[in-house]
Amino acid sequence: MRSHKKKAGFLNELFKADAYQGRPTPAIRSRQYKKGKNVAQSKQEGPQTQVAGGNLGDKTHAYLDLHAHDLFSSLGRLVDAPFTSIMTISVLAIAIALASGFYIVVANLQQLTGNLEASNQISLFLKDEVSETKANKLADNIKQNPNIQKVTVITKEQALKEFEAQSGFGDALKALESNPLPIVIEVLPKNTLEDGLELENLYESLKQSVEVDFAQMDMQWIKRLQSFMDVARRGGILISLLLGVAVLFITGNTIRLELHNRRDEVVIAKLVGATNAFIQRPFLYGGFWLGFLSGVAAWFIVTVMMLVLRQPVEKLSGLYDGSFHLLFLNYSETFALLAISAFLSVLGAWVVLSYQLQQLKPE
Amino acid sequence: MIFQDYKLLQDRTVFDNVALPLVIAGYGHHEIARRVRASLDKVGLLGKERKYPMTLSGGEQQRVGIARAVVNKPPMILADEPTGNLDPELSAEIMKLFEQFQQVGVTILIASHDISLITQMNRRVLKLDHGQLIAS
Repeated sequence: MRSHKKKAGFLNELFKADAYQGRPTPAIRSRQYKKGKNVAQSKQEGPQTQVAGGNLGDKTHAYLDLHAHDLFSSLGRLVDAPFTSIMTISVLAIAIALASGFYIVVANLQQLTGNLEASNQISLFLKDEVSETKANKLADNIKQNPNIQKVTVITKEQALKEFEAQSGFGDALKALESNPLPIVIEVLPKNTLEDGLELENLYESLKQSVEVDFAQMDMQWIKRLQSFMDVARRGGILISLLLGVAVLFITGNTIRLELHNRRDEVVIAKLVGATNAFIQRPFLYGGFWLGFLSGVAAWFIVTVMMLVLRQPVEKLSGLYDGSFHLLFLNYSETFALLAISAFLSVLGAWVVLSYQLQQLKPE
Repeated sequence: MIFQDYKLLQDRTVFDNVALPLVIAGYGHHEIARRVRASLDKVGLLGKERKYPMTLSGGEQQRVGIARAVVNKPPMILADEPTGNLDPELSAEIMKLFEQFQQVGVTILIASHDISLITQMNRRVLKLDHGQLIAS
């Protein structure tokens, strides 16, 4: 700040000195007439220059101007070398698209398992000859157990109706003479039993009843599915991390090459008194554009892939009970995608710049 | 600072080259334009602000360098062999330019091998030999 004031002060002196040429001292008279026009101009400038440059509003304005200029000139540089830019952006976009592709696949799978999460229900399929009254009796018996939260009996008729409604095989069922479906008792244990052994014991004891043909604990396959999901999610995170690091290195290297190409410019700017922040700025914006544009391209890649997958997936889901809809990247996820890719690129550029600019000293 | 090899940005116009120190110092648009023109005017290149350094002669390029050095009104200018790549006539012109700046209060320190040119100036001369001051 102080040095600016000093400069501005000196500037006035200089301009004043110029202005004095209007009433020249003999020593500089000869020169002055040659530069008559100049003198008039300088005279006007004299008083104004004191204000400009020192004014805070002006400085902020100039600072913003500088940022805007760097923002757009760095974009211009990318456009000036379209082939290189497209290559770099494509590589980055594929890396980012892979990571976000994993994310969206895991999110879709989670949607499948999500509504099953809390269920540790045991289904008892009764033998065909067991009557409804017997079934109800058994259900009442089971209810006595303090570990049981809820017992529901699904009669043959109810089961048939449900099956007709959900499976789409209603007509085929009508062709059958008798109802092939067994009575089912659904037993929901209390949540305290969620972990392991006690639940296992309950399951075993229920299975022992003479009326029970076959018992199924939903828990197990859900657990399997959930642990599979855990593996997928962790794998996704690991791969995303790796790809993120790749993005970091790719932008870092691209910016390093650009810095190398513009070495003369950087050296001259340093000689003329530029700070590292000033020199870094256009390169950081360059990194930002690389990341941002790659993010946009990655979004398109992911969306196109999802669109290609949508039809077969919806068809598949229609074959079951149709509650599954393919998830696309929503607004906040799209924003996060762009923000993360831009951030990683700027970070990569920054790391390289702060290292390289220290190395780069004018001779 | 003024350099023997001018150190201009070849892919920028004369205007941009001269404006660089002001841009770095954070001056506003209008202020920059005004000062750059004033500065170019002083070195006699006002009509060439849109040209690229490559299209200028050596003497003109050096004057761009000088315009850049004075544009933010330094109290002192260091010139490292400013005439090293110029013929005697252009060198004399550059020296005259320096003299003009000196007359408005700028201290100018010129490093040079061109002893005849320096003696013509009739100013204080410091002679260095391997970094030792041997005559003043």
